[in-house]
Amino acid sequence: MSTENTYNYRVVRQFAIMTVVWGIVGMLVGVIIAAQMAWPALNFDIAWLTFGRLRPLHTNAVIFAFGGCALFASSYYVVQRTCHVRLFSDKLAGFTFWGWQSVIVLAAITLPLGITTSKEYAELEWPIDLLITVVWVAYAVVFFGTLMKRRINHIYVANWFFAGFIITIAVLHVVNSAALPVSFLKSYSAYAGVQDAMIQWWYGHNAVGFFLTAGFLGIMYYFIPKQAERPVYSYRLSVVHFWALVFTYIWAGPHHLHYTALPDWAQSLGMAFSLILLAPSWGGMINGIMTLSGAWEKLRTDPILKFLIVSVSFYGMSTFEGPMMSIKTVNALSHYTDWTIGHVHSGALGWVAFVSIGAMYYLIPRLFNRELYSVKLAELHFWISTIGIVLYITSMWISGVMQGLMWRAINQDGTLTYSFVESVQAMHPYYIIRTLGGVLFLVGMLIMAYNLYRTVVGAKPHEAAIPAVAH
Amino acid sequence: MAADFVSNFWHWFIIIPTVVGILALIPLVIFNRGKKITDKPETMGHVWDEDLEEYNNPLPKWWLNMFYITIVFGLGYLLLYPGLGTFQGMWGWSSTGQYDREITAANEEFGPLFKKYAAIDVETLAKDPEALKTGERLFANYCSTCHGADARGAVGFPNLRDDAWLYGSEPVAIKTSILNGRAGMMPGWQAALGDDGVKQVTEFVLSLSRKDVDLDAAQAGREHYNKMCIACHGPEAKGNKALGGANLADNVWLYGGSRNAVMRTIAQGRQGRMPPHKDFLGEDKAHLLTAYVYSLSIGKNQ
Repeated sequence: MSTENTYNYRVVRQFAIMTVVWGIVGMLVGVIIAAQMAWPALNFDIAWLTFGRLRPLHTNAVIFAFGGCALFASSYYVVQRTCHVRLFSDKLAGFTFWGWQSVIVLAAITLPLGITTSKEYAELEWPIDLLITVVWVAYAVVFFGTLMKRRINHIYVANWFFAGFIITIAVLHVVNSAALPVSFLKSYSAYAGVQDAMIQWWYGHNAVGFFLTAGFLGIMYYFIPKQAERPVYSYRLSVVHFWALVFTYIWAGPHHLHYTALPDWAQSLGMAFSLILLAPSWGGMINGIMTLSGAWEKLRTDPILKFLIVSVSFYGMSTFEGPMMSIKTVNALSHYTDWTIGHVHSGALGWVAFVSIGAMYYLIPRLFNRELYSVKLAELHFWISTIGIVLYITSMWISGVMQGLMWRAINQDGTLTYSFVESVQAMHPYYIIRTLGGVLFLVGMLIMAYNLYRTVVGAKPHEAAIPAVAH
Repeated sequence: MAADFVSNFWHWFIIIPTVVGILALIPLVIFNRGKKITDKPETMGHVWDEDLEEYNNPLPKWWLNMFYITIVFGLGYLLLYPGLGTFQGMWGWSSTGQYDREITAANEEFGPLFKKYAAIDVETLAKDPEALKTGERLFANYCSTCHGADARGAVGFPNLRDDAWLYGSEPVAIKTSILNGRAGMMPGWQAALGDDGVKQVTEFVLSLSRKDVDLDAAQAGREHYNKMCIACHGPEAKGNKALGGANLADNVWLYGGSRNAVMRTIAQGRQGRMPPHKDFLGEDKAHLLTAYVYSLSIGKNQ
């Protein structure tokens, strides 16, 4: 079979396997720093094991290594299968794999060494930023090149979301990472003061909006209808919520800077757009869940669908919580507390990780032309992780709201009721519960890794022929 | 507010895309909302990847209504609050205005209590349990970060429960420390003394409070001391409270009493810094805090 008649599964396989590997690594680091919050002695007084060094490693590993590999794997798979053509360039696709892995390894080395720009979710220093840019441009060439040679006139909805995600992340990364290098390992941001903060959160919130939302909605739009074997609920809804989402998200960043030196007008715009964002976000949730209408009974027996549908439910929950937290009066309570951490993890574990896990359970057996080794283990994985998420989120909700209330409580004489350290003390039990939640989620990932290993062990890589276009 | 912008251009640069953008969402949903829900929805007629299809169900009514409500809320919010360029909003709200209002209200409500305490002298106040309770809360929030929740200090941060006072234990000295802050000014003597000189002075200083010292070195150190240290720490090394010169003979060590710590202090100096709290807390609260701190060491003085 000539390569033009088959799909490029090789690069998809590579990214899919690394999704599981980096997922375990990133979540392990997460568990370690969660444990450090409960038992600070666990950094053993070793500089590169301290919370400040490992926290950016955790966020980078789960967002860009785990999430990034999931996005590369699924977008390469989906764009080929919905365009009925092989990837635009095998070589360039291979370069994106090795390039992206290099970025991850460099991050894993530099961050524990304390080499950082100190910009949240953009900590990597300028040489790595340049490598990211080159890899991302190659990714865009492969993705859009494949779209351009498609054999089907209409572009499937999942591909709009992948396209929007790829273009916007390129813009965000280049603008936010603009910096003046003073040495090979140190640079200073091109922006100063509150403008730097604003650019940072324009980037930061849209890393959530486009990397962790639009990209993963692309995953959702392919894998839910495929696994449910049902048509997408509403084409109209997908059009409307896509455009409304990409337009509205880009404004929402200032809600990270409420009650700061950021001018009032910018804070207000951020809040107004964050509230308007509720409906466009829920459009995706509705389309995901309603696609299953008429096939609800499948949820009972199919752990992959469970992961996918629960992920969309968590997506709906966090995109309701987000606009609420962007309201200034709510934010005055929630900001700087664990509530924010809980909110992020209901999105990161409940939505991003679950939809990725569902997609990988679907994808990896197909990439090796095998059946999943154990549906029961996948089912176990689902329940363990779900309990883990619930423990994580609820403990952070309680801890966060309690923290916020303790900070603002005043006595009759006008003095603060609690000193800061008392609020830290009160959070301790919830930190232990949170660690337990994280451990459960990590155990789930290990079960997944075992299950997938047994699925593919000894299998020959599968070369899938491109089927004829329907109609 | 106008100072945020260098010209009127930016004012409109914000307003036009904001308002046009939000309004553009309305036709986006209205023209795409679809008609009625049929019992048997039809697909769009496209098929991808063998079996991927799309229904064309209309936008859910409840979802549309939610969308309209948020749009109306967003526009309404931007009319009432500052958001559209230099337009202040109809309610004239600003974050600095809110801050000033809250501070004024708090001062009106709680000010009289602290004013009342401010009129009572520190010695009397230090025996009033109600006042001390309030003082303790102030201490927990403003002082404990450095001096510890129990006021026993830490390395570099004085213990407030003992009888060792750099600047004196009298109320007026404590209050001056709180209001105006203090700046430690022990210079480094490495250049003047050299390695041997530093070691000798170290032995001398240690000899004032312990026995396991090199007596010859201490004797040499005493001579250096009399030339270089005596001005601040005094002829008997009991310190000078007017300057904040530490008592070296009482075996109380702000920066640690180990041989290495004392040597480092002599060689490189120490510049401890107590920040001033006059502008932040005001005279009245500082007075009450003085009474609280004073109360901690009552019975330990002299």
